[in-house]
Parts: sequence; C-alpha cells; structure tokens
Amino acid sequence: MATQTLPQTGRPDSEREELISGSEAIAIACSLADVDVITAYPIRPYDTVMQYVSKLKADGAFDCDFIVAESEHSQFEIVKHASAVGARTFCGSSGVGWFYAFEAITVTAGLRLPVVAMVGNRALDDPGAFGVEHNDAMAVRDLGWMLYWVGTAQEALDTALLAWRVAEDPRVFLPAAISCDGSFLTHSQAIVNVPTQEQVDQFLPQYDRGRLLLHPDNPITVAPQVNEDWLMEIRRQTDDAMRRTSDVIREAYDEFKQVFGRGDDSPFIEEYMTDDADIVLVGMGTLAMPVRVAVRRMREQGKKVGFLRVKFFRPFATEEIQEALSRCKAVGVIDRDYSYGSPSYGGVLFNEVRSALYDLDDRPLVQSFVAGLGGREVLVRDVEEMTQMVQDSIDSGKVKQVNTWIGVRE
Amino acid sequence: MSTVAVEVVYRGIFQKTLARNIVRTIVFAARKEGKIGTAFGRYGDSPERNGIPAKQFAIVSDSPEELEENLAVYEAREVDVTINVDDTMCKGVESWAWYGLQPINALTKPGGTLIVTSRQTADALIEDIHQKDSAYNLAIVPASTSFSGLWVYKDDHTDVRILGALARVCPELVSLDSMLAALEDQGWGGLKLTSARNTHDRLATRPVEPGEGSEDEPFSFDLPGWKSMEEGLVIRGVEGGAGFRGSSLGEGYDPINSNAAGDTSYQPTRSAVFKKFSTRSMRPVINFDTCIKCTLCWLQCPDTCFDVTPDGLYDANMEACCGCAVCEAVCPVPDCITMVNEAEFNDNNSQWEHWTKDKDGYHKWMADLIQVQKEKDATRSHGYHSPGTYEAESEAEVALTGDDD
Repeated sequence: MATQTLPQTGRPDSEREELISGSEAIAIACSLADVDVITAYPIRPYDTVMQYVSKLKADGAFDCDFIVAESEHSQFEIVKHASAVGARTFCGSSGVGWFYAFEAITVTAGLRLPVVAMVGNRALDDPGAFGVEHNDAMAVRDLGWMLYWVGTAQEALDTALLAWRVAEDPRVFLPAAISCDGSFLTHSQAIVNVPTQEQVDQFLPQYDRGRLLLHPDNPITVAPQVNEDWLMEIRRQTDDAMRRTSDVIREAYDEFKQVFGRGDDSPFIEEYMTDDADIVLVGMGTLAMPVRVAVRRMREQGKKVGFLRVKFFRPFATEEIQEALSRCKAVGVIDRDYSYGSPSYGGVLFNEVRSALYDLDDRPLVQSFVAGLGGREVLVRDVEEMTQMVQDSIDSGKVKQVNTWIGVRE
Repeated sequence: MSTVAVEVVYRGIFQKTLARNIVRTIVFAARKEGKIGTAFGRYGDSPERNGIPAKQFAIVSDSPEELEENLAVYEAREVDVTINVDDTMCKGVESWAWYGLQPINALTKPGGTLIVTSRQTADALIEDIHQKDSAYNLAIVPASTSFSGLWVYKDDHTDVRILGALARVCPELVSLDSMLAALEDQGWGGLKLTSARNTHDRLATRPVEPGEGSEDEPFSFDLPGWKSMEEGLVIRGVEGGAGFRGSSLGEGYDPINSNAAGDTSYQPTRSAVFKKFSTRSMRPVINFDTCIKCTLCWLQCPDTCFDVTPDGLYDANMEACCGCAVCEAVCPVPDCITMVNEAEFNDNNSQWEHWTKDKDGYHKWMADLIQVQKEKDATRSHGYHSPGTYEAESEAEVALTGDDD
C-alpha cells in the first residue's frame, strides 16, 4: 500500500501538510535537522518517536547513527559523548525511564553539551500508568536544562528545530528537553505543516563546538574531579549561560517566524484572551485545549476569563509572566503535577508563578489546582468549576483554600 | 458550524492497520473539502493485545476552534457513525483497560449509524446488539471479517468499502467524490475505487427503533475513591474458588483441603469487574460424551476458563473464555472440542448444564454448530491455531529436537 501522505497544497517548493502525531513531528524534525546521532530505548509514550525515526531510516529517507541502547542510562550517556565530539544529537524517554537516565542527564548540563531530548510525559511508576503527568520532565528543572512544554503536534516540530538552534548556540551550549503530553500529543494525529529542507537549512546552522570539541587535533580533558575549589565557579558559569538563553531564544524565535511564517508573539508564553481578563488561568501542554474551549464559553456568558500557557518552564519568563498577570485580579494555576509537602501544598508551576508575582506592588490572588494526573481528562466543566472557585476568592477578597484537587474521587 | 465524529471498533493487532487506514482517510477526504480533523486511537487500548476490542477515532470540524472541543480526550463523547469491522463485537466490547463492557452502539448518536461488516442478517445482528433509548440506523457491508492487522494487510477492499458506505450514511462528513479523491491520492485506484462506489450505491440501511435489541445489562463497576482505597497500592487477592457453581456440597465446603463425598468439582473465583470475553471471536463447543477427562484443556487454558464439574468433566466458562483455541489444539480426542464462530451464539450459558439436562438436544445443537463451522472454515481468520496447525507445529518441533523420548 502506498504511504499515506496528504497531497501537496499548491506550491511544489512549499511546506507540505501531513497528518501526524507529535512524536512523528519530532522524528521528522530530526530528519530535517540532519541529526547525526540518535539513541533510543523503549518506554511508552516516548517510544513512538523511536518507531518513526526507525521507519524514516528504514525507508532511506533519513541517514543517522541510530543506536538502540541497553538502557536509558546508556542512551543518554551515548548522546552526551556524541555531543562532545561535535555530533548533533537527539534522544528521549518517559516517566521512570527518564529517571533511570538521571546520572547522565545531570552531567550533560554540567558539561554544557547541547543534547536535545523529547520527554513523552508520563506518570511516574508506581502505580503503573501510561498517561500524562508533568513531574517526570520537571525533575530537570534545577539542573541547567532548558525545558519546554509543547501544545500541538505543529509546535512539537517547530520547537525541536528551535531547540537545536538555541542549545547549540555557543553563547548557550546547554541541553534542552521538549515535553510532549503522553497520548494527547504523542499518540494523536493532527494536520501539521512540514517545512522544506531549504527553510530548515536557512534557520539552523551547523553545530560547531569550536574550542570545546573533543578531538585528537584539539587535545582537551573534559570533566576532571574539581571539589570545592572549582565547583562554585563552574555552577556560576552554567547559571550565566542559562541567563543568556532568554535573549538567544528571542533572537532565534524572531528568525523562526521570518523563515517559517508562523509563531506566537512570545516564544515563552501564549496569552489567550488575557487583555481585559479579571481571571487568568495558567497551565502547560495540552491542558490548553479544554481550557481555551472553556474560556470561549465563559466569554460568551460575559465572564472576563483568559488563559496563559507557559511554554518555556526553563528559562522561566519571570518578567513576561509578571507583565501578563499584573493586569488581572486573580490567577488560577492548573498543575498536571504535584509536589508533596511543597509551600501551601501546591503544584510545582503554581509555586513558581506565585513566587514570580511576589515582587509586584499590586499582586493578584493566586490559587492552585491539581488536575489531570496520570492522564485523567481535564474537562471543560472542570475548568469552569476552577474558574468559579477563583471568582469566589475575588468576591471574598482572599484565597481561603490555596490548593484544590480537581476530578479526584472521594 | 459542525463537527462529525466517527469511531472504528476493531480487533486489536489483527485489524489495527485497517482501522488506522479508515480513520486517516476520513481526515484526508474531509481535508479535500477544507475541513480540519484529527485521528487517534484510544490510548487505553495501547499497547494493543491480540484480538482485544480496540477503538480508533476520526473527528472532523469546520474550524480549529470546533475541533479543539474534541481534543485531549481518550474517546469521542459521542459519534455520528460507529464502524464495527468484526460482527462478533456486536455483543459489546471490553478494552483491556478499565472501561467495563461497552455496548457496540454506546457512543452512537441518536439518529446516527452503526456500520457492520457481516454475513449475518440485520435481525440476527440486532439480537446481539444492546438496545438503546434512541433510534439509530444499522447498515451492513456484506463481508467476512477482514484480517488487516499490524503484521499482515489482507487487501480485501474492506477499507474502501467501509469508506464508500460512510460517504453514503454520513454525507455531511464528506461527499463520495471527496472520498474517492482521497482514496486515489493513496494509490488506491481501479478495482478499489469501484468497490468503494459499489458499496456506496448498494448499501442497505435499516432503522433500529428505541428498545429494539438485546436486553442484556452490560456489566459495569464502581471505581473506588481515595478515601476508600487501601493505602500502599495494595489490591486484595480474590478468595479461593469453590465447588462447581457455588458447590453442590453447601457452604463451608473447602474444595482444596477436603474431598468430601468424592466431589472434586471446582470453579475458580474470577474478577467480577474484568471479564475479557468480548475478546472472543470463536468459542469451544465440547462433546462431553467423548471427553476422556485427560485435563489437558483445563491445564493449558491460558485464562483458567474451565470449571471442573461434579462428574469430573470440564465446562468452558463463557464469562472467562477469550476464544484462543488452545483447548481445541491440545485436546487429544478427535472432534471433542471444536471452535465455532461466536456469532452463532446468543448467550454465555453453560454447555455442560445444557448437556446434563437434555443430551439429545445438546447433541443436535452441537452437530448443527459444527456443520455450520465446517462450512465457514474456509473464511476463518481468527484464533492462534486453525485446525491442524498444532499437529503441524508439533511435527516440525519433533523433527527439530529429535524424538528420543
């Protein structure tokens, strides 16, 4: 049977439309970015990416070193080393598989190696569950990885291209993780515009590691033992690199929009009907889908509700988020994750957002919701219920109960 | 302003590619008319198991905003058309995830259509299909069950025939022309286009009235809340089994530790909330008169589906049987166990009880079924083994390993 591909839409040299999942979109991005080394180890839902990469390779459409390692730990070690010798790299995992690789994941950032990884978000076992939860990817938030939450299959493809561009920028040289919600992105096919090779070549330069290249012609040692006399300076360097990412991301995103002709106002956040909103809901990933639907419905009823989607979790766009939320009366942060024993027993994103708002002179109320854990569907009526609770806080002038679990059976 | 949703209910793995091709082509065809769509499998079915009922969806809208109302979900809330590509699933479907038993028409909208590939009559199918409160339509695409799965794609035109039928019953989704154009884009020309068009033109649809159909109550269950669950992710084991159908020897009888009155009957306790029998597309029919009580079916059944009767026979419990045909393969007595297409049966009643009460009636019933099955064997496409496979494999193994024993 012929491969199922949508017909070209008009211009032969233009983007082509495909009906693909977020995982397929990232596999295609790997091919367009001409990634040199890809490592894989199966775990659902990330494994769909390795299936599509293998298919592209088997079809002769993509040439790369594709290494199926014997564990996630080796998988991430291999790309780390490949990145050190100048190879463009890609790998990924999900849930506890991601955690099994953690020794390699932490050193990748410390060594300033621009590995790009996809995290197919999955609940951490036990209990075994394949559905989306954000705690897996979030575990790198303190380690010097850039961390992005994707909202659509199109954004998965676009973000992967952006990730190599930013990570491999010599001002940055930090790894990047692209988080894709399990099932709703990894296993759902949407219509995606696939750019041409010429567009991608124009946007994405070769990876050049320069003086840091591990090569016999450039004798260097990487990662000596340093102890207390060097370590703090090294941490400060990594911090400075992360501080530089914001400008590099902005610059790359502007160029992305020029080359590919699409993109939001900001690379860091998406604002939806926030301009005059009294209540702004905040969330990440495919939560945006039911939330935007709910916002439209509530707007029809005359309620001034908006939505802010956090795209880059690291770097966290403090100023943009302050600016966007300073205009509203109250904020409801919906977390698809949780941090046991955290301040106010809130979600991780909630505490980040609340902390970012602390410096504002006129702070909105901030409320935490935990919803959709383990991939439970977040329904429009759930969003309406959360919005009503935020409205109650506005009416009473204070947040009486900071954190609420939504959709949990008593 | 409209959204149209279609589901394809199929046998996991065996029909996976068929389902995928159908839902994807729906989105392609709708794209021809400027609509936008998504195609996805029910995540709870994944990773798929052989033969277990699974679902894929195509949802098509006029605008991205309308489509968004149907995204980030596992199942469409309701569908305009349900497509069932194996008529034995008309009895209802249970995923291996925790959904209970869903009637095949559970998501079909009032006034929507259920398309089934079948050689049965509409009346015979409706006997199996759970009744609904609202009217809907039943359309039959005359066909044997297609085996177009993950590993092998049997190009028997089921894909294009279904799509032709779909354009007929749901023109608001796409026109036949758009559907044919989408088929052509995929390299499906010539005879396949004719098949699609013929099915479109000849499709017979029958209205199904509210309350028409099987009155069986599909089993369901309540999920526990966080306060009522045991902590530590502990699930209590089910209690041990007891004598046949609750024991002939009354309460307190311990079938494992006692052998009272020589009754060694035994029935394992099975999950009340996860039954799996909708996986079955064939079931064993047992000739209790020729059974030599060798225990092989009871031992080898991967689902522990055989209940030991008080007279030492083995009754395949139809609430537990997945229809794998291992019993038929291992039974050393010719024609003692025969797999028969599930569509021939309308209940899960005990064959042994039937045989005990009315031996002559049972034999006639059994002989008729076996005769029907022999006629169908040419088109048999399911089950791990077809008759003779086990013997052939055994011989090959003996040849490989030697026959010293």
